[in-house]
Amino acid sequence: MREITLSKAVNEALAEEMRRDETVFIIGEDVAEAGTPFKVLSGLVEEFGTARVIDTPIAEPGFMGLAVGAAMTGARPVVDLMFGDFIFLIMDQLCNQAAKTHYMSGGKLNVPLVLRTNLGATRRSAAQHSQSLHALVAHIPGLKVALPSSAYEAKGLMKTAIRDNNPVVIFEDKLMYNDKAPVPEEEYLIPFGEANILREGKDITLIGTSSMVQVCERAAELLEAEGISAEVIDPRTIVPLDEETLLASARKTARVIVVDEGHQSFGVTSEIASRINEKAFYHLDAPVMRMGAMDVPVPFSPALEDLTVPTPEGVADMARKLVAGEMIHAA
Amino acid sequence: MADTKHNSEDYLRMYSQMVRIRAFEDNANQLYLSAKMPGLTHMYSGEEAVAVGICEALTDNDRITSTHRGHGHCVAKGADFKAMFCELLGKEEGYCRGKGGSMHIADQSHGNLGANAIVGGSMGIATGSALRAKMQGSDDVTVCFFGDGATAQGLLYEVMNMAALWSLPVIYACENNGYSEYTKTEEIAAGSITARAEAFGIEAHSIDGQDVLAVNDLTQKLVARARKGEGPFFIELKTYRYHGHHVGDINRAYYRDKEEEAIWKEGRDPIINFGKWLEGEGVASPEELKAIEDEIRAEAKAAVEYALEAAYPDASEVDMHVYAATDPATLRPDA
Repeated sequence: MREITLSKAVNEALAEEMRRDETVFIIGEDVAEAGTPFKVLSGLVEEFGTARVIDTPIAEPGFMGLAVGAAMTGARPVVDLMFGDFIFLIMDQLCNQAAKTHYMSGGKLNVPLVLRTNLGATRRSAAQHSQSLHALVAHIPGLKVALPSSAYEAKGLMKTAIRDNNPVVIFEDKLMYNDKAPVPEEEYLIPFGEANILREGKDITLIGTSSMVQVCERAAELLEAEGISAEVIDPRTIVPLDEETLLASARKTARVIVVDEGHQSFGVTSEIASRINEKAFYHLDAPVMRMGAMDVPVPFSPALEDLTVPTPEGVADMARKLVAGEMIHAA
Repeated sequence: MADTKHNSEDYLRMYSQMVRIRAFEDNANQLYLSAKMPGLTHMYSGEEAVAVGICEALTDNDRITSTHRGHGHCVAKGADFKAMFCELLGKEEGYCRGKGGSMHIADQSHGNLGANAIVGGSMGIATGSALRAKMQGSDDVTVCFFGDGATAQGLLYEVMNMAALWSLPVIYACENNGYSEYTKTEEIAAGSITARAEAFGIEAHSIDGQDVLAVNDLTQKLVARARKGEGPFFIELKTYRYHGHHVGDINRAYYRDKEEEAIWKEGRDPIINFGKWLEGEGVASPEELKAIEDEIRAEAKAAVEYALEAAYPDASEVDMHVYAATDPATLRPDA
């Protein structure tokens, strides 16, 4: 099978959906001729023109608001938010408007829009261009949240997001844009709420999101060399969350680590760990462990920044302790 | 009154629509005062000529976005009393099945995209609706209602910039009722409100919002031009809020006096003055106008009684409509 970059996969998904449905359009800063700073959208304006690939002023709340209104009245906007950190600028339009409109209208109005943005530290971009803020929006009922972990996932999830009748936020890891993965030529979609078991195992379950899936896979390889069999699961979407697949794995291996690049406190790792504790408690041989980003603003210095995110070695270390029974009284 | 050609039917419809708003609000206020309504609501009384003058220049295909003080826009755009009162009381037959309440009534069948409880929150939505119209080659126009208080929000300037850059068919209708919640507008608004729109190259007008014919006349002209791609436009409508910020804001002497209220209520009431004009022009007699009002007030009373007796939503509705359904067939390849 051919291999393409995550960037190319997103570009293909958008082009395919824009050919399929003329109500789909892209709006954001420097999305047309510039193709975004990450060049993910290169070539789209040449095919679809500036009427459907719309460059805006630097006005995130403004263009997010426009997208909500366009979506409510019959279009399917894909909003390009240059950095995930800028989500704080659009919180009212995303969380008070887009997320609640369907419910507040008693089901009469829909807001079928996609917010494309990114997450991920270690790009030496400091505290305002490095955050992983997906837990913030996952907290708000009415929004769906997808976290692609490869080029294949990014394409399939984007196509589903565009066809979904709800506001969907997709966070791409900005460090993975040039990572290649096998992506079929044929059209495919990846349904929301269906976790992917990347690797089966019996001793411990490693649940990872976005680029932390790669971290979990490398940790599993390190563990395999030591005779520890790790299962690796990618939830793909955290809203909706495929609880059943995660619980089934927890019941099987009896030990779970949840790895995510958002801040650890009050984050995605906490939510998933709690659900497993509540629903698989009897089956567990150890506390479900959370491994998120450190609870500090992302520092600029490489010497410091690299300390803030989970690593394969760190995950493998934690797994060894769990398997050895050292974390029963972890506090 | 503006010198516009209308027939008697148009005049009487505008009169009736203004009376409908006043009757709705008087009943809503009573529901609050008699503790029959959950929560609070914001009265539109006094501003009727704004909503009616504008909405009478629109079709059902034209859209509006509304505000927390939105009952007037909703009625003017054609909404039904029963479904509105049911919504105010949180009943299943309300426009939003009781999930929105006073501050979130949406009536898609008449192009009302909904009231909004965030001051200025719908400016992006209105402008986005206009962007969609332009992209899809539709000639509908969107009117964005907001108050003078909302001119302090940054979102207005972001979306007016884009609307002007892209010549979008949107009309920004600023209802300047003199008060930003509990504060005089002059204390929160520097410079001129219309000059802010003009800074973006948007044609801006400032008119008497108590004169329904003047409002309607100007809006008709601007809507026709917006349909031809000459938008956006901005209108400041000078009007007055008879009640406090909300129904519970009763002792308001600390921010405005009764004399000021009397000047507007007695001398500048949009319904009384338009009624006198209709009589003077021989369009209707005082008796005929009284009959119109009596009929509307009887309809409002019946709608309130209906809503009071109507059923609350079933408990099973609490987590319904969080997400819209997506037809699984559309998620298949080649669909």
